[in-house]
Amino acid sequence: MHMAKERVLIVGGGLAGLAAAMQLAEQGIPVDLMSLTPVKRSHSVCAQGGINSVNDLTRQQGDNEWLHFDDTVYGGDFLQHQPPVKEMTEWGPKIINLMDRLGVPFNRTPEGYRDQRRFGGTLFKRTAFAGATTGQQLLYALDEQVRRWETTGMIKKYEFWDFLGPILDDDGTCRGAVAQDLVTMEIKAFPADAVVVATGGCGLIFGRSTMSMACTGSAVSRCYRAGAKYGNGEFIQVHPTAIPGADKLRLMSESARGEGGRVWVPRKPQDPRDPLTIPEAERYYFLEERYPKYKNLVPRDIATREIFSICTEDGLSVEKDRLCVYLDLTHLPMASLNKLGGILDIYEKFQGVDPRKVPMKIFPAVHYSMGGLWVDYEKSATGGLKLGSYKNQVTNIPGLYAIGECDYQYHGANRLGANSLLSCIFSGLVVAPTVQTWIGMQKGKLAADQPVSLYEGAKKRHQAEHDALLKRPGGGENPYLIHQELGNVMTKAATVVRHNNVLRDAYATVQTLEARASRCSLSDTGNWTNQNVVFTKALVDMFAIAKCILKGALLRDECRGAHYKPEFAMPGIDASAAPAERRRLAEEWVDRFEASTKKWLRSTIATLSANGEPTISYEDVDTSLITPRPRLYGLVGADVIEEVWNERQKAKAAAAKEASNGTNGTNGTHTEKTGGALSSAS
Amino acid sequence: MIQANSHDDSAHGSHDHGEHHAPPAQFAVRVLRQDAPGAPSYWERHTITRENDMNVISVLQRIAAQSETADGDKTTPVAWDCNCLEEVCGACTMLVNGKTRQACSALVDKLLAENPEEIELRPMSKFPVVRDLMVNRSRLFRALQKVQAWIPVDGYYDMGSGPRVSPANQEQAYPLSECMSCGCCLEACPQFTKIELKKQEGETDEAFKAREQAAFDRGFVGAHAISQVMLFNNHPTGAMNAPARLEALMAEGGIQDCGNAQNCVAVCPKKIPLTTSIGRAGRATTVHAIKKFFDR
Repeated sequence: MHMAKERVLIVGGGLAGLAAAMQLAEQGIPVDLMSLTPVKRSHSVCAQGGINSVNDLTRQQGDNEWLHFDDTVYGGDFLQHQPPVKEMTEWGPKIINLMDRLGVPFNRTPEGYRDQRRFGGTLFKRTAFAGATTGQQLLYALDEQVRRWETTGMIKKYEFWDFLGPILDDDGTCRGAVAQDLVTMEIKAFPADAVVVATGGCGLIFGRSTMSMACTGSAVSRCYRAGAKYGNGEFIQVHPTAIPGADKLRLMSESARGEGGRVWVPRKPQDPRDPLTIPEAERYYFLEERYPKYKNLVPRDIATREIFSICTEDGLSVEKDRLCVYLDLTHLPMASLNKLGGILDIYEKFQGVDPRKVPMKIFPAVHYSMGGLWVDYEKSATGGLKLGSYKNQVTNIPGLYAIGECDYQYHGANRLGANSLLSCIFSGLVVAPTVQTWIGMQKGKLAADQPVSLYEGAKKRHQAEHDALLKRPGGGENPYLIHQELGNVMTKAATVVRHNNVLRDAYATVQTLEARASRCSLSDTGNWTNQNVVFTKALVDMFAIAKCILKGALLRDECRGAHYKPEFAMPGIDASAAPAERRRLAEEWVDRFEASTKKWLRSTIATLSANGEPTISYEDVDTSLITPRPRLYGLVGADVIEEVWNERQKAKAAAAKEASNGTNGTNGTHTEKTGGALSSAS
Repeated sequence: MIQANSHDDSAHGSHDHGEHHAPPAQFAVRVLRQDAPGAPSYWERHTITRENDMNVISVLQRIAAQSETADGDKTTPVAWDCNCLEEVCGACTMLVNGKTRQACSALVDKLLAENPEEIELRPMSKFPVVRDLMVNRSRLFRALQKVQAWIPVDGYYDMGSGPRVSPANQEQAYPLSECMSCGCCLEACPQFTKIELKKQEGETDEAFKAREQAAFDRGFVGAHAISQVMLFNNHPTGAMNAPARLEALMAEGGIQDCGNAQNCVAVCPKKIPLTTSIGRAGRATTVHAIKKFFDR
């Protein structure tokens, strides 16, 4: 099976990259694994709360894979192609079992089974967890397996290496990559029969976020600049609960609410009293009051907007000078608090306050990129993925694959908590047979068959760029200050609330910053462990993606998931209005919803134009399995909308039945199709 | 936070970290720099404007942005290693005011309360310096290979769930599994001494790596690796390979090199019960040796 000639390059050693590496190694394909950091220090360690899948317990409460699939696409506001998501949720139980076998210390029930907690956007306890450091524990298990393969020679690590770009042949097929050793600054070509990019999100474009310092998005930008399409860039998840810092914003996991934590503000603006002395009646548990069904576990985009507006519009921020709300765990029993030890320690360490005794002060922060490199898939007969198809996870550049957070595939307009660890491991495992098929199709065109000049030429181009950067005259722009400015403008324009005029101005500002960045001079012009030049290169690459985010957001005149423009908002209906009026408003609401779905239920696809600006086009979304429906999460006053919607769906179904009876009934629709009735799920 | 920008510290408000002195508007930072492996080291002083919620990482970020020493001389950014900035990745270990710890969780106001004069940053002393505060910790990961710190599963096909594990076992395993390979325990260990080899003229990368690994394997594995052996030997599947891991601990550079100074457990940022692991590993290797003797 194993032909020594083949070789796969994986860029990025988080959950996705490691899962792909170990699976390829098992399939007998040697891997070069490249990472900016030792892979054990990848950003996946920051994931806290857990990993979702249907399990034996929820199954008996009526749960199944289809409902996990439904929760995921409903949570994502239906903006993701459904076949890959369906496949992912079906793999959920298998993936948890595998991680269990690899030794992840999942929390246990008294009987020794895996314990589960509840997470946002679902009513089931689907989330397996290891304390509040689940990402770290999952990453370590994969890191250990990769180390095991490293000792056999099947995986060779290139840690402290920076991916500079893919190498394309004359036909535009990826045949390898160029990368730079961050210690010696050596630039080298890596011939490869497939390149798999698994480099995570792009939080650093926003200056400070919950992401790690390696999450610059530069590798993805380098693929985009080589011709790869970038999908749904404007969909940036802002996590509802984070704590401030001068260097980064530290995540306070959704599991804090999953274990019973409550979000509130004093009803009296900036009530100066010790929060513990404020009586219940004078506390506003706004998420619980507005969403009595999901309470504190509404999806992240909704929780974030509610927290943001309670502070900015209702003026109920806990502090006057600093926007924040309480995340209160002080009522929780010790057993629950113990399961959150990891994050409580972080809060205590960085804020100097014990969150077991004093309510935490938190505010939203940029957290996750739903968008990313556009990737393809092949649908199976049952509506899932055709496993082993060379198309799964491939970008529009043949031979260049993307997995994990850096692809755009699984989370649509908003990701549900504890689904990212699943999508990372899933896409990593799935890409391995895909790559094997692809390599099988490359007879005579393998990297080993390519002319040496292909690699030498690519290496020389990057070397020349690097040398030119070092030779820039002094006295120019300061890359660190430009990065701060970029972060400020992106945070202001493209996070929780978006306005077209602000987005337009931000785009112009980013263009100016980009021009200034091209005049950066380096304070370090040496050729040994030069972090100055590496940072400057990453900064330059941020602009391309920043522009995809801004332009996508500017053009999308609607509200969907994390993308919210007040001008196009569709708020619920005033519960106090007369019934006839409410009914009329609901009819109008549903009309607007249907029109908006027709116009905007499309993925945003950005491609780089010759002038360096993104060209935006739109791609239809495969919603063949679950019909998109209004995303209300039981909002108070919205029941009348559900009523109208359900009636219309019923009428449509009846009409369809009539029509199919007339045509002798070859019904092409999937048997499990839920028809989009509200509240049918969970 | 969304509403705050990087420079606007007023938006953060002030945090009461329990100190009641007025923090200074500016403070001094002294960094021990080194341009390359084997090059001489030298001190460099910087002046930093204090902001709220600062840690040593943000200090190093300001130093990079200023690109000027306290004396107004042009300088290069200090090289250092970091990633997560929330003390779970282990990257940013250095000596802050002489103590081995992560730079991210070293809060400026606390450091200034201890010593208002200055903050001192040095690279770890037990690993070869790559540049400035960045050291080469590959020996640490080599130790994990040596002790086979993994579960040797049959493969990645779906074989159902893993073994049932009692909550007591999980509670013992989880803290050990939080080890982020930061190297603090090794820095503090009197028995763990620096191994720094130079590539010889004409030596290939592979030959150098093999020579380096052999040298690493002769040196003390350290508390972190011993603790990982206990983690995997206590796992129901991992236990099947317990003898091989114990053999690794009984080889040259193994547990017998431990001098029982107990510094490791004192400096571990994750409060991993390293000395408990070492005690258990000591008993397990003894039992293993006796068993081997009688099984001959």
